[in-house]
Amino acid sequence: MSLQVRLNIPRKDFAINVSLTVTSSQITSVFGPSGCGKTSVMRAIAGLENSATGHIQMADEIWQNADFFRPPHQRDIGYVFQDASLFPHLNVFDNLQFGLRRQPRDKRRVSLEQAIELLSLSPLLKRSVDKLSGGEKQRVAIARAVATSPSVLLFDEPLAAVDIQHKQEILRYIQSLHQELDIPMLYVSHAIEEVARLSDNLVLLEKGQQLASGETVDLLSQLNLPFARYEEAAAVIDTEVTGHEDDYGLSLLRFADGPIRVTRGQIPLGHKVRLRILARDVSLTLTRPQDSSILNIFPAVVESMVADGTAMKLVRLNAGGQIILSRVTAKSADKLALKPGMHLYAQVKAVSPLI
Amino acid sequence: MMHPDLTALLITLKLAAITTLILLLIGTPLAWWLARSQWRFKFLIETVIALPLVLPPTVLGFYLLIMLGPNGPLGGLAEALGGRPLAFTFTGLVIGSVFYSLPFVVQPLQNVFTAIGDNVMEQAATLRASPLDRFFNVMVPIARPGFLTAAVLGFAHTIGEFGVVLMIGGNIPGETKVVSIAIYDHVESLEYAQAHILSGGLLLLSFLMLMAVYGLNRRFSVLRS
Repeated sequence: MSLQVRLNIPRKDFAINVSLTVTSSQITSVFGPSGCGKTSVMRAIAGLENSATGHIQMADEIWQNADFFRPPHQRDIGYVFQDASLFPHLNVFDNLQFGLRRQPRDKRRVSLEQAIELLSLSPLLKRSVDKLSGGEKQRVAIARAVATSPSVLLFDEPLAAVDIQHKQEILRYIQSLHQELDIPMLYVSHAIEEVARLSDNLVLLEKGQQLASGETVDLLSQLNLPFARYEEAAAVIDTEVTGHEDDYGLSLLRFADGPIRVTRGQIPLGHKVRLRILARDVSLTLTRPQDSSILNIFPAVVESMVADGTAMKLVRLNAGGQIILSRVTAKSADKLALKPGMHLYAQVKAVSPLI
Repeated sequence: MMHPDLTALLITLKLAAITTLILLLIGTPLAWWLARSQWRFKFLIETVIALPLVLPPTVLGFYLLIMLGPNGPLGGLAEALGGRPLAFTFTGLVIGSVFYSLPFVVQPLQNVFTAIGDNVMEQAATLRASPLDRFFNVMVPIARPGFLTAAVLGFAHTIGEFGVVLMIGGNIPGETKVVSIAIYDHVESLEYAQAHILSGGLLLLSFLMLMAVYGLNRRFSVLRS
């Protein structure tokens, strides 16, 4: 099942133009700064944006085209809003049941018990919704959407109203939903860490225009896109656990020319892991350092580089097929005489597995 | 034969109950439209609805009398349909009261609908609820304090009306004589004892109703602006 979307939404100062496809078992992120039109796109898919024109199709079911508009309550979606505002007159359990009860039995694929289980809501069921924390509210909102067995799940900045300690927790829940249920997801956010962590595909939106779209791993390491100029510019790498060094509490992950080592606990063998390597954590040397405390040192070739302000340069490296980014000072770049095609060594000071 | 003051009280309560019911039926869609419409001349409708708040009841009563009388559009229509002119009838009184108490029902409802906002309704829509389903199962229960306020204010205000009734209802015992008119009559005839009983009764009733509104709305923490 896949959701195909081609939309034009007029706005006061610009028009939003997007075209995207969300295929089953994938998370597609729509990323862009506040006010770029991300939320309007989500609302239009849900049928809540009256001024939107275009074509929306879920599998072979048309939701909207030039002469047809399926009202929101007849679109098979699960929508998680920014502020999770639950129905204040219903308790948690009744909130969860609201959408489920309105879905015909033959369309129910997710049971209420399953939704409660997936979001660990059993202890909260009898709670009144104004007695929930921000994170708990959002979990209820997600479960409520999931319980309708939607064909696509739409997340509109679901972490915006969640305090920082609980953001990770909610992200883990979303990831586990993704593993347990075969429901395509569309995730809108202006936080690059969330997008880097969750999404398979990425649509970059700026002032309503689709600047780029493609695989998250590819786009994040492209120097001509705005990501490269972020303070947290980073390469994202999908890999898996190939071994352990138990004496040192390290896990070995498959990487280009040899394993990359991370300290993050004992991740089971064969487990898929997404790594994020920040450009500022990668330094460059011309010869392989022999007496460095840094574990992860890889031979690499400079692919391209771009100025990042006057003092810094961002370098895109190919380490045996894996792309990583490095941010160095312009002075160091000159001293090392960096240029495309050059062979050197990348020292990775820190690697964060996104689990 | 019932005591004429008791008859007046029953007529008053019947008038207030019927008026409140009609006002809730027409006031709800009207308030919903006012809360949601983007129409640029909406303020004109709001102004007309608010007029009874500032207009002397006698002015309102005077125009209603013209409208409901045999030569007025509504009175003429009633006659053409085989009835009698509406002025000086209970039906006429109900029509007058509906106009007179309209803002007291529409405004609380409009306020509560505005305060609740679109968000919960949109959520309900994404959870497969049709427009009517979400109105009755989401908006109405959340707006309950507003409905309670609207109903009690409409009811209480209708009980308290005097000028309009005087103009269009006249003083027909058993048909259009309401408590406020009865009190006036007693005072005119220097029957202070009866006037005391009726006035005190009305005062107590109004106090209890308003107290119920404020007391109950305190319990609904959902929507207190």
